[in-house]
Amino acid sequence: MGADAAHSSSDRQCAVSAHGIEKVYVAGDTQVVALRGADLQVHCGEIVMLAGPSGCGKTSFISILAGLLARDGGALEVFGQDPQSLSTEARTAWRLRNVGFVFQQFNLIPTLSIAENVAIPLILQGIDRRSAIARGSEMLGRVGLGGRERSSPTRLSGGQQQRVAIARALINSPRILVCDEPTSALDGATGLRVMELVAAQGRAPDRAVIVVSHDDRIYHLADRIIHMDDGRVDRIEKPSQRTTHA
Amino acid sequence: MYSFALKMLFGDSARFYGMLLGLAFSTLLISQQASIFVGLMSRTFGFITDTPEPDLWIVDPAQRFLDDNKPLRSTSVQRIRGITGIEWAVPLYKGLLVVNLPDGKRQMSQIIGIDDGSLIAAPPFMLEGAVTDLRKPDAIIVDERATRREFKMEHPPEGGAPRALRIGDTLELNDRRAEVVGICKATQTFQSQPVIYTTYSRASEYAPRERRMVTMILAKLEPGVDGAVVRAAISDQTGLSAYSSDEFTEKTLSYWMRETGIPINFGTAIVLGFFVGVAVAGQMFYNFVLDNLKYFGAMKAMGASRGTLLGMVSLQALTVAILGFGIGIGITSAFGISVPGERLAFRMTWQIPLIAAFAVSLICTASAALGMWRVLRLDPADVFQG
Repeated sequence: MGADAAHSSSDRQCAVSAHGIEKVYVAGDTQVVALRGADLQVHCGEIVMLAGPSGCGKTSFISILAGLLARDGGALEVFGQDPQSLSTEARTAWRLRNVGFVFQQFNLIPTLSIAENVAIPLILQGIDRRSAIARGSEMLGRVGLGGRERSSPTRLSGGQQQRVAIARALINSPRILVCDEPTSALDGATGLRVMELVAAQGRAPDRAVIVVSHDDRIYHLADRIIHMDDGRVDRIEKPSQRTTHA
Repeated sequence: MYSFALKMLFGDSARFYGMLLGLAFSTLLISQQASIFVGLMSRTFGFITDTPEPDLWIVDPAQRFLDDNKPLRSTSVQRIRGITGIEWAVPLYKGLLVVNLPDGKRQMSQIIGIDDGSLIAAPPFMLEGAVTDLRKPDAIIVDERATRREFKMEHPPEGGAPRALRIGDTLELNDRRAEVVGICKATQTFQSQPVIYTTYSRASEYAPRERRMVTMILAKLEPGVDGAVVRAAISDQTGLSAYSSDEFTEKTLSYWMRETGIPINFGTAIVLGFFVGVAVAGQMFYNFVLDNLKYFGAMKAMGASRGTLLGMVSLQALTVAILGFGIGIGITSAFGISVPGERLAFRMTWQIPLIAAFAVSLICTASAALGMWRVLRLDPADVFQG
């Protein structure tokens, strides 16, 4: 399925276009180079996975792509917009409209019900609480948690919590979905089911999905696998061609 | 998002109740100690507030406060009456004497001798009898509180069960007979001695003979005269000091505030209350924000504006502050109502809740500001760091 989708990627709108992205962290006299000219293009309807060893710059790369972190060099356009050109407030609003996040540690607020957790992005957009929670409940049904809307996140398994996080990330129909190690806190089988859900619910003709993962058991769900090393894109694979170099 | 902010607050029940307890205890300590302090201090000038008739309280220049008696010559009364602008001037005796009860008990009591003719400076409230009964032989009027406590007849002359002192009973003041003709209600003195009213001339007979018997002179200004001019004239012509009621109250209060350790003792308790609030509630609220930082970070990443996040933290702090203050001031009020005033000086003026509210606001604002600072500094990219 991933390979089929990838065939027509060149015909589709470019969602993310990153060229020569650089990032250096400075702490006192110490400088740590995280990205040394990373390039990436992601198209609408595509699911790409960022893979690579710890410290290779994956997290910095997706943070920059999602408008969370400022880059030190290179050019970036996400759906035609460079997030860094926006003011802090405008960038926050841009993220709210365009980016959905799935975090490694779920980050669900334990004192809210799961429907309320899912409703947060809608409420931040100004939708009234009751309607937002109703839509959150509906979204929970789509990720297989219908009927548990009032449950606390703490009463759910890790896999179920990540489903809630996926529902939260997709509720406001973002144009780009960013997932950071979504399966690393889950066992293999659960992780696979969660990623199948991301692939099923997240893939859309007008949306790009970028997943950072070490878990090669889920790579077959991607259209492309971007291998990073030492702050650069080292090679790009399709799941059926695991030896293609950049 | 604000309802979610409250759910985050109430949902962390252990910490929420801990913060409430800390703020309520802090409010309780601050307001209760301040109320007792004000109550105690107001007793130091109770006689002045109980005596509304005079415009001027004329005393020896060396007198530092109400009870710091520096007796005056009896001729001073005539000299004051001769000053232009004085409508009337009367002598007052105010001193401590030993009272002998029929059952043999002895009790140090405050004797107030008021002008025989005008009965100016009479008790503020008569519960039984009339002020004019003081004109009867050996007459005294006793404070109601003392009739039940210090002057309680454990072995009444007629026999039977112990009872309160009542009209018709006799006492001995300095070995002289005194008959109770009235029961009054007077503001309790700072040292809580029983208060006995009688006439000036009779008080002079009860008291040990001294050359100077006038404790102070109470005077009324003629309508329309300049009080400052009259006071200057009193000072020039008699060498005495004249104060308005407010000034004499202020002078008395300022003596107790400056010359005694009472404000320091109560001040220490009040400051302690503040620091209990800082240490318990303030620190707990800051930790609450820290514990929720990852959620604030996630919300920031998802697109929550700074204003929204700061609003959430502010609402949480405000809620805790209002509830904690409300509980604390409620307990203080209940305490004030339930403890009899004669046992404990308690006076909660309108300023005290305001001071406690200010202290609680300061605690919550400081801890919320620290929390907000952490939220503002939060890098949304940190949510990807686990």
